[in-house]
Amino acid sequence: MALSANAKTTAKLTTLAVGMLGFALFVMPPLYDAFCEITGLNGKTGGRYEAVPAAVDTERTVKVQFVASNNENMPWEFKPGMVEIRVHPGEAVDTVFHARNPTDREMIGQAIPSLVPFKAANYFHKTECFCFNQQSLAAGETAELGLRFIVDPDLPVGVNTITLSYTLFDVTERFAKQANNKNTDSEREG
Amino acid sequence: MAHGPKPGFTRWLYTTNHKDIGSMYLWFSFAMFLLGGCMALVIRAELFQPGLQIVQPGFFNQMTTMHGLIMVFGAVMPAFVGLANWMVPMMIGAPDMALPRMNNWSFWILPFAFAMLTSTLFMEGGAPDFGWTFYAPLSTEYAPPSVTFFIFAVHIMGASSIMGAINIVATILNMRAPGMTLMKMPLFVWTWLITAYLLIAVMPVLAGVVTMMLMDIHFGTSFFSAAGGGDPVLFQHVFWFFGHPEVYIMILPAFGIVSAIIPTFARKPLFGYSSMVYATASIAFLSFIVWAHHMFTVGMPIAGELFFMYATMLIAVPTGVKVFNWVTTMFRGSMTFETPMLFSIAFVILFTIGGFSGLMLAIAPADFQYHDTYFVVAHFHYVLVPGAIFSITAGVYYWLPKWTGNMYNESMGKVHFWLAFVGLNVTFFPMHFVGLAGMPRRIPDYALQFADFNQIASVGAFLFGAAQILFLFNVIRTVRGGKKATDEVWENPEGLEWSVPSPAPYHTFSTPPVVR
Repeated sequence: MALSANAKTTAKLTTLAVGMLGFALFVMPPLYDAFCEITGLNGKTGGRYEAVPAAVDTERTVKVQFVASNNENMPWEFKPGMVEIRVHPGEAVDTVFHARNPTDREMIGQAIPSLVPFKAANYFHKTECFCFNQQSLAAGETAELGLRFIVDPDLPVGVNTITLSYTLFDVTERFAKQANNKNTDSEREG
Repeated sequence: MAHGPKPGFTRWLYTTNHKDIGSMYLWFSFAMFLLGGCMALVIRAELFQPGLQIVQPGFFNQMTTMHGLIMVFGAVMPAFVGLANWMVPMMIGAPDMALPRMNNWSFWILPFAFAMLTSTLFMEGGAPDFGWTFYAPLSTEYAPPSVTFFIFAVHIMGASSIMGAINIVATILNMRAPGMTLMKMPLFVWTWLITAYLLIAVMPVLAGVVTMMLMDIHFGTSFFSAAGGGDPVLFQHVFWFFGHPEVYIMILPAFGIVSAIIPTFARKPLFGYSSMVYATASIAFLSFIVWAHHMFTVGMPIAGELFFMYATMLIAVPTGVKVFNWVTTMFRGSMTFETPMLFSIAFVILFTIGGFSGLMLAIAPADFQYHDTYFVVAHFHYVLVPGAIFSITAGVYYWLPKWTGNMYNESMGKVHFWLAFVGLNVTFFPMHFVGLAGMPRRIPDYALQFADFNQIASVGAFLFGAAQILFLFNVIRTVRGGKKATDEVWENPEGLEWSVPSPAPYHTFSTPPVVR
């Protein structure tokens, strides 16, 4: 059956509209993530890094500063063990963050990293990081959260200070939600 | 069905007639314009003095949010769709829209969408209060419970706009009278064709972004939640990918309207028709690659800032071509200044002022200073009020005699124009000054040094609002009677719509006209 001109036009335009909806929902978010990963936009650091043996550049020293902050309503005490370290590019460095859950209930936290300057984001590798997992702390429990990182020897010249900031989020509800799918809403607060 | 409209109320429920649907769109949009205007007056009344006088900050935020949403989606867009419904078939010699039943549906879902949106004002927790741009996480983690109703209202508005746009494209591409080639189409038809494509391309993106919000709020995803690995900045990118073309959706049909009116009252053909078409197309294309100029302060690489800055400034070129063409059309014409022409000339002047403040905002380093101040409010009200609202008003005065068969009251029209013109400038011009002096937008209280200009702006706003009552009165009077209009209405206007009798019969061009 031959379609009328109107039906053809409508079909084409509907396809375009549905395609744009799909583009917004399924293409734009991953595209944005890929873009951020490539450019280091928003200071997003990469995932776990497999350490490759590399020469340590002892000629150069880079200052790495640590910042720890809590997202709104997160009651944990959260602070870096050392505020600042001087490292040579290429060497693997260990440091810790301290966290304590002062409340009387078990809670789950998630730390989200952000790094400035953005152009250093792709040259800061974490081989081990507490931010790769959620942290669960019982009431009153204290934990030392480990971080092991390598500053890439290819770090652009001119970057002498890197500031790594962690924001700690309370994800107890989000996790409780996933564990128990029956009560999906109702926990949100205004 | 035979010839005339069905008697009784069901005429409006079941109608598939483009003129009926166009009228319903226009009345609906005027009702929304008054509702959104009342909200603006609440805002201006609160800002008359520093300190909190009339409303609480929470309600103030609901007013700014609802004012923006209702004006953009309820007043400006449906008004343009209404004008397209009325005029596009008559301008291209078609008997009706291509998809008349869908046309009925795309109108009738709108009142439901806005009933739902407005009902949030009476809900527990109040209406949406996160600004019309509804940035996450304000609109997700910190939103009032009514946000879900807002999301569904936006879905319905989006569906309505997409269906309306598909209808308009199908009409323009398939229903033109023989001989009406694309490059013979009136500019209003051209600008609407391009606008419709923009709508089909970006309204689904808006639907997508509110869907992601819905998922984040109710289904545990983390598109915009940093705690779950998402990113609130993603919201801004997706929103403005919709939002920037959206602002051209609200202005391109306006270009078409004034391109019809100015030649009539300058008694000269439009200067540079084809350059107008190409300029419109270029503006539409550029609208897709400038979205991040709304987000200069969000943290972007320098290359991104520069790209979006230059691309934005580039838009001034096709827009300049248009302004040049309108001015050149008037140059040495035998101009008369009837109401539609007054509104059109004011459009050209004031829209250009809004364009210049837009260029100032386009300069990325300067934007860090202007960002989220009243300067931005002044800018977009200068492009939207004299841009969209004045051109719609001009279009209504211009075609009203054709729709009703009666002439409107010219002196009342002129009084309306001057009140609106003065009111608009008194309202929005001082906002440039307070903005440059550092007054942030979306606040119910402000520092004392901004008091004078805010008082002036509030007085202007009430003047502007009062002028619209005169407009309503004039339109109702014209619908009910008055001096009979001739078929041509104006002196030798161009276009097929003037070749049918006044008032336009219920069915026009049942046999296609001959286009030379």
